[in-house]
Amino acid sequence: MAVDHISFKVKKGEIFGFLGPNAAGKTTTIRMLTGVIKPDEGTASILSYDILRESLKARQLMGIVPEMANAYVDLSAWNNLMLIGELYGVPKKRRRKRASELLKEFGLYERRNHLVRGFSRGMKQKLLLCMALINEPQILFLDEPTSGLDVESQRLIKDMIRGFNKNGTTVFLTTHNMEEANQLCDRIAIINHGKIAAIDSPERLRMRSSGLQLIEISFNKAVSVEDLSKVEGVNETKKIGDKIRLYVDEPSVVINKLVDFAYSKRLKIISLNTLAPTLEDVFLKLVKES
Amino acid sequence: MESNIYWEQFKRSFAIAKKNVRIYYSKGPVIIFGLLVPFFLFLSFYIGRNISAEALIPGLLGMTAFFTATSVGPAIIPWEARAKTLERLISSPVSIWTIFLGDVFSSFLFGVLVSVFPVLVGLFIGVEIANPLLLGLGIILATFCFASFSILLSAYPPTDTPASVMMLSSMIKFPLVFISGIFIPIEELPVWGKTISLISPLTFFTDLARYSIQGNSYYPIELDLIVLIAFAIIFLVTAIKIHERTMQKRL
Repeated sequence: MAVDHISFKVKKGEIFGFLGPNAAGKTTTIRMLTGVIKPDEGTASILSYDILRESLKARQLMGIVPEMANAYVDLSAWNNLMLIGELYGVPKKRRRKRASELLKEFGLYERRNHLVRGFSRGMKQKLLLCMALINEPQILFLDEPTSGLDVESQRLIKDMIRGFNKNGTTVFLTTHNMEEANQLCDRIAIINHGKIAAIDSPERLRMRSSGLQLIEISFNKAVSVEDLSKVEGVNETKKIGDKIRLYVDEPSVVINKLVDFAYSKRLKIISLNTLAPTLEDVFLKLVKES
Repeated sequence: MESNIYWEQFKRSFAIAKKNVRIYYSKGPVIIFGLLVPFFLFLSFYIGRNISAEALIPGLLGMTAFFTATSVGPAIIPWEARAKTLERLISSPVSIWTIFLGDVFSSFLFGVLVSVFPVLVGLFIGVEIANPLLLGLGIILATFCFASFSILLSAYPPTDTPASVMMLSSMIKFPLVFISGIFIPIEELPVWGKTISLISPLTFFTDLARYSIQGNSYYPIELDLIVLIAFAIIFLVTAIKIHERTMQKRL
């Protein structure tokens, strides 16, 4: 079973991230929400339209960048946009104007009459975004929109997503990239084995993860990680370059113990920092637990 | 309100037809292949036989309409599934009916346009068309029927390999040509041949074309027209129903 009785709400105007490992059920969820596949049971509403009973009306309000989809490589960028515009019933004058604006925004206008066959992966992905936006959707579904792109294209697409969201478009985003989810999303759902492990804002997800508070420490001499893991209050240790990362429950208690440890071993503490857990740490913990 | 939705979907099916024409039908090899296959198959059978031009053109027209209207249709959905454009199409606000109606329209348009060539050849070599209006109506009905047949050919199994579908459709299309009264007039077929010929819509179009050009037919013309319409509806509805059931296996 790809998705097992999940339930969640996305607020109007937010960027909602759907985060999960491979085969967690992210794409299946997005495919169900966009009417591509029918769920065995259950229901979903998009802007008050039932996705099963009023699928066409619901899809009319969406813009979609499916993960496993392409633009038509034997059509030009312009003709791809005109096709999608027509499929969404955008009037001719409006779709031509909108297509020009989008192609200019994404830096594809000069290549508008070229066949998509000759486009790079980044250009194709930008074109797919243009196609998703031609109907000025109220909700945008993006399935791994920056996957496999270079840093510059990733940044451009992220900026665009923020821009469209600022103008009122709700964004539903699936991604593997924790940092991307952290930078873009108002709220994140973590899904694993078809079940939702947690839904919250990135910050709250970080804060509520007990046992994931971090201390990074380095000494003037090499120290055995095993010795440090025996210090009271340390749950886990990891060597990161010349530093050692300690996962603890109560950093203030463990810091005192570390000072005692250094004194007993005649070591000098070079640096000591307390860190909040990264979203990646939270994600891995929740996925492990689920 | 409901009628608006149907009209809107109908318009969107033309966008799909336009896309098909641009991608699949406007290619030189497709047009040439669509013309050459029926032409040479026909010539190989008729050369050396003493047959009048009036008797020749209906058969050539039947084969051209049949082969062109069914030439690309079976491969469109497997191609789209393979190129990963099908999901983009399915997630648009268009119904499955709209998508397949678009595929039928493009095959129909291609079939009608190419079918003009054998008619022009006939006129060029001095064939007189006894009933041009009926011939026009017959071409329109028959190519729509064959175009519907073309999407039925890709309905099952739900593969994303165009070559498999093309092979399967050739295995069905070529035998149909031989039982449809093109090479041997229906009246000359044995009883079992006449019985088998009834399962082919091409039989009724060839008969209609013979009447339109030569002025005589084996079946009543009303029957030819009704059977072509019935075949078109059966093919279209069956094809779309099967595609609806199998679509998720293609994604």
